Amino acid sequence: MIKRIVDFFGDEEHARQRRRLFYLVLVLIVIADFLVPREHAEYPWERLPGWSAVYGFVSCVLLIFVSKFLGHQGGLMRREDYYD
Amino acid sequence: MTDFVHPAAIFILGALPVPWLRGTIRQAYLVLIPLMAILAVMTMEPGSYGAARFIGHEVLVAKVDKLAIVFATVFTIMALIGTVYALHLTSAGQHVAAFVYVGSALGVVFAGDYLTLYLFWEGMAFASAYLVFARGSRQAIRAAFRYLMVHVTGGVVLLAGILLHGASAGSLLFGPIEGPLGLGAYLILFGFVLNAAVPPLNAWLTDAYPEATVTGAVFMSAFTTKTAVYVLARVFPGTELLVWLGTVMALYGVVYAVLENDCRRLLAYHIVSQVGYMVAGVGIGTELAVNGATSHAFAHILYKALLFMGAGAVIHVTGRRKLTELGGLYKAMPLTVALYMVGAFAISAFPFFSGFVSKSMVVAAAGQDHRALVMLALTMASSGTFLHTGLKLPYYMFFGTDRKLEAREPPGNMLVAMSMAAALCIAIGVFPGPLYALLPYPVDFEPYTGSHVTESLGILMFTALGFVLFLRALDPENTISLDTDWFYRKAARAFMWFAERPLARYEKAVSSVSETAALPFLHGTARAGLRLDLNAVDGAVNGIARSILDGGGVLRRLQTGVVTHYALAMIAGVIAATAVFAVVWQ
Repeated sequence: MIKRIVDFFGDEEHARQRRRLFYLVLVLIVIADFLVPREHAEYPWERLPGWSAVYGFVSCVLLIFVSKFLGHQGGLMRREDYYD
Repeated sequence: MTDFVHPAAIFILGALPVPWLRGTIRQAYLVLIPLMAILAVMTMEPGSYGAARFIGHEVLVAKVDKLAIVFATVFTIMALIGTVYALHLTSAGQHVAAFVYVGSALGVVFAGDYLTLYLFWEGMAFASAYLVFARGSRQAIRAAFRYLMVHVTGGVVLLAGILLHGASAGSLLFGPIEGPLGLGAYLILFGFVLNAAVPPLNAWLTDAYPEATVTGAVFMSAFTTKTAVYVLARVFPGTELLVWLGTVMALYGVVYAVLENDCRRLLAYHIVSQVGYMVAGVGIGTELAVNGATSHAFAHILYKALLFMGAGAVIHVTGRRKLTELGGLYKAMPLTVALYMVGAFAISAFPFFSGFVSKSMVVAAAGQDHRALVMLALTMASSGTFLHTGLKLPYYMFFGTDRKLEAREPPGNMLVAMSMAAALCIAIGVFPGPLYALLPYPVDFEPYTGSHVTESLGILMFTALGFVLFLRALDPENTISLDTDWFYRKAARAFMWFAERPLARYEKAVSSVSETAALPFLHGTARAGLRLDLNAVDGAVNGIARSILDGGGVLRRLQTGVVTHYALAMIAGVIAATAVFAVVWQ
């Protein structure tokens, strides 16, 4: 069973199904976020449905590009023999 | 006195017979010791044990309370998992070192006074260094010496802090430092945050852990940083500085993880990031925050070990560690993939995995304490956590480009150990009750509310969307990243060069003076008719010149640049400092 699940995520032939499932999950999450009750919203953004989806996506993109910028332009990434 | 068996004693004394046992008997014995320790922790009663006076000061070998019991529980469980994972090893050295390491960590957890704490603190540093040395490669040995050097330095600073604090407070008993922090308290704090790998003092961790043996890294990922979190929670709860250090730390580790190519170094950067949550929780200092930090340490030890075990299994079967050289392993090792992913879901705080019930406590505590910025930063860091440990690392390690590597599932004991950790990760996530009951303060926190679940899923799955869209930008590159270890790896070398040059020049000047100026002058005076024995004078002068040259050589040898010598000098320094301490304090 485990092997079949892992294969589903690895094999090329399931790529279409995988993508469909993924987008379906994304849509369901956003819909659910509109439906859940929010009594304890302390901060303004907590009252916005879909906020977490936007914040997650923005965080991810920011982290990738800011880090890569620091690595390439900021000089953090060096050749492997740098310390030898 | 109720029956209290110190778990540290079980491990440290229990390590002694290991080299003399063989085969199945040894394996059974190795499993028995952590089991006994778990039993000892489960049956212990809160209280103070082993009070004595040593060099005129109160010493308390063991102080048992709820906070200590939580950490001891997870430490002993982790010791069992780590031991099972390492069961296939034939050499005794690593087993002994691991037991002494675990024992020392438990010694710190139960320490009732600073002297006991310091003793076990140093024990941890040396025992864990062995796990890096044991890999045996040139790279590993160098990393191990650097690791030792940093920790011995941190230990000396800690000792200085303990002395100063003891002198001003008049007691060496281990507990919260009240009032404004003095110099002694700051030095103690320095020693603690060094072990917690708070930037800029983090580089020892990401430098050494990936160089450790496959099994050794599993132990290392669990104990050093989490004992540091424990002592911070004991001594410095509510210290504002820690909130900011922890928040920066959580993002720092994530940024570096983007750049990293070595699979275990990527995971090591995520230790830095995750410990950031705990440090921030301790800094916030409310009951909810300290509960959060403690439960997060508990959950973290298990899922982090699971991730290290998964990456270790890949290194064990393929012998490769770089993401640029790995890929396509899912066909050959599906069980490892599945078990690794349980750890990845747990660290990313997916609902029904352990991280969800612990990490959210810290974030909620930040929210309750009106720290919006901290809350947002920590949420961003958890997006990064899933991005790397849940998506990037498994994608490039197990899926991605098929490199046609020969692979198979790792040995059975490794899979069993990983399954144990995975089972706990899920159990804690589904039934957080027992973990919450262990925490130092009563828990009034419900992780499974509708909005919290959808919010977490939103953050995580849209992080996955970002990953899918920008996959190519994340391709690992064949590089290493500069971190603060640059200062002692590169700058120290420049210092050595600088120090050697003037010395060499001085030596040359001395010898040329003796040969070009002194000798002709003496020859001249001799020839002028002073009836001196030419040979004697010449011999004497040459002798002096030679001894000066020799002296220069000795000086030069003192600065060999060989790290061994420096490490030895530092160890000697620690022993001397301890001796001075013991004598002066009377």
